[in-house]
Amino acid sequence: MMTSLVPLPVLLPLLGSGAALMLFRFPRAQRLVSVVVLALVVLVSATLLVVVDREGTQVVWLGGWTEIGVALVADRLAVLMLLVSSIVTLAVMLYSLGQGISDSNRSAPVSIYHPTFLTLVAGVSNAFLAGDLFNLFVSFEILLFASYVLLTLGGTAGRIRAGTIYVVVNALSSMLFLITIAAVYAAVGTLNLAQIAVRLDDLPDSTSLMLHLLLLVTFAIKAAVFPLSLWLPDSYPTAPAPVTAVFAGLLTKVGVYAIIRTETLLFPGGRLSELLMVVALLSMLIGILGAIAQSDMKRLLSFTLVSHIGYMIFGIGLSSQAGMAGAIFYVAHHITIQTALFLVVGLIERQAGSTSLLRLGGLARLFPVLGVLFFVAGMNLAGIPPLSGFLGKVGLLEAGIADGGALAWTLVVGGTVTSLLTLYAVAKTWALAFWRSPQEAHAMAEELAAADASHGPAAPDAPAVGRRGQVRLDTTSYDAGLVRQAGAIVDSDRPDRDLHQRLEDDGMPTRLPALMTWTTAVLVAISVAITVVAGPLYAFTERAAGDVIDRSTYVTAVAEAAE
Amino acid sequence: MDVNLTLVVVAGALVGCGAYLLLERSLTRVLVGLVLLSNGVNVAILATSGRAGEAPFYGSADVDDMSDPLPQAMVLTAIVITLGTIAFLLAMAHRNWQLAGHDDVQDDTEDARIRRLAVDDATSDSYDMTADRDDEDDYREDG
Repeated sequence: MMTSLVPLPVLLPLLGSGAALMLFRFPRAQRLVSVVVLALVVLVSATLLVVVDREGTQVVWLGGWTEIGVALVADRLAVLMLLVSSIVTLAVMLYSLGQGISDSNRSAPVSIYHPTFLTLVAGVSNAFLAGDLFNLFVSFEILLFASYVLLTLGGTAGRIRAGTIYVVVNALSSMLFLITIAAVYAAVGTLNLAQIAVRLDDLPDSTSLMLHLLLLVTFAIKAAVFPLSLWLPDSYPTAPAPVTAVFAGLLTKVGVYAIIRTETLLFPGGRLSELLMVVALLSMLIGILGAIAQSDMKRLLSFTLVSHIGYMIFGIGLSSQAGMAGAIFYVAHHITIQTALFLVVGLIERQAGSTSLLRLGGLARLFPVLGVLFFVAGMNLAGIPPLSGFLGKVGLLEAGIADGGALAWTLVVGGTVTSLLTLYAVAKTWALAFWRSPQEAHAMAEELAAADASHGPAAPDAPAVGRRGQVRLDTTSYDAGLVRQAGAIVDSDRPDRDLHQRLEDDGMPTRLPALMTWTTAVLVAISVAITVVAGPLYAFTERAAGDVIDRSTYVTAVAEAAE
Repeated sequence: MDVNLTLVVVAGALVGCGAYLLLERSLTRVLVGLVLLSNGVNVAILATSGRAGEAPFYGSADVDDMSDPLPQAMVLTAIVITLGTIAFLLAMAHRNWQLAGHDDVQDDTEDARIRRLAVDDATSDSYDMTADRDDEDDYREDG
């Protein structure tokens, strides 16, 4: 009976999306549909979580086509991901209502936003439930298409530029996924994950290694694991704040989820675990070093996202139950905290008009509530005890120590260093944007501009433009347009009217928008509450990890449902 | 399983040309590359379905003589999805051309800025911002 709940997290948002599209003339009805649908999805996911934890994995063969059709599988891992993602999407939807993304604002047309957002939720839910490789591909496409539209909302120059790279990278990874599907089908003659899992064992080692690598590369692009992560910090920061928040929180985690399935269900035994651990280390360190170099809060957070994906890959790479439990807990924690941080930054952007660390200052005095929210969320990201980020990291580090190998120890050290560097990045943001006075920020920005003008290589248009539009600086040639663009960016950081002047001229709106602040606060509170319920939650993730490590649970559940 | 060599060669050629075009800077060429690539992949999926056979309609032929319907269904789905992607990219190329007068894939301006700092051989702003103000003044007087 309870199996009838399994398709609902996909169906409800899809139906809601259709309804919202039809109601495009009635913004209020649209908002109502979105909120009600997302709240229902939260309820269904919570019920599923309880049911699956008590009665075991729930499987539905769609349309009764057993063995040859498409299966939806809800095991402990899938329902946990569903619950966390649905809570986060509901919060982000409320936040975007508060932001008035529905205003007659040209860069955020409402009639498109709601249906697209619901489609995105349907795609994410479908990816978590898919028991079939091709269904997984289709759900990736659903969520990607929704994300293309959300990213380029309004079609301004910056969004089109960022969107181009995002669309091409993702289209390429989809092609790679299709090639992989073709190869898997040729090798084993089925695409059902449980059936593949059984049949892959009979393949020659070289064939299965090739399939394994293809799948990992495909999912690593989605999850933004280091060498394949370069598209991410470029694409995410340009979107509207709620969109960036849901992208950063959820979309990369779908890739991580698919990597967990690949490593446990399809190719258990950790044949490539050393490779995974190496890329995890590189993701963590290079990601966080990139974050430190940034002077824009959104970009800084995007780089910490890449860095912290490394922790999850580390847990997966250990291929032990403890490592997997740590990784799953970390995914749940990171979805909430990364979304919350982007929502806080969205509030800052709305109130102060900028996210550049060169321009911000004195936010702690102006908006004490924002200060508290950012401080708690930032400390949680960095993993200060006793917050949930600390618990997740400790779980992973313990699993690494238990593994005991040289590579695992290197990762334990690397993880600790990354954690400290994250703290440094958060502290730097805090010191610049929140702690110093606006006057100080103003003086420094002017000084920087002056210094830039005096010791820089003269004005950006000074170097002679050579043949084929190249500019020669030092010994390297650069595209003339690029140098001009870069000059324009530096100009935009110059303090023509920064926070200090705005305060003097016309005063700032010191009242925070209520709905946005409340939803952000609730999300930060949830991330803190994860600490309170850490005991039961960690026990749950350990059971979930046990399920995925012992893949017979999944395989038998799917086979039994077929009878 | 039989594999049709012609299909494999065609798929390889299409994927190769598509990958080459994807590396271009103009979005329109990237788009053409994507079309070639996706067609190549679709042909590859067909190649995995084994030898050709009768149309897989129930009762129209002996089951053993039918070709495998599943890859055909997958190719159909993939074609629809690619159509959507191409349409979206076309719209983006057009918008890009409207806004910038060309359809080149543009560099990230922040990246360009960091590159410019490297050319300047300037330290990153973050040092100046985090260093203690008084100390910094001292350094300047000394140096």
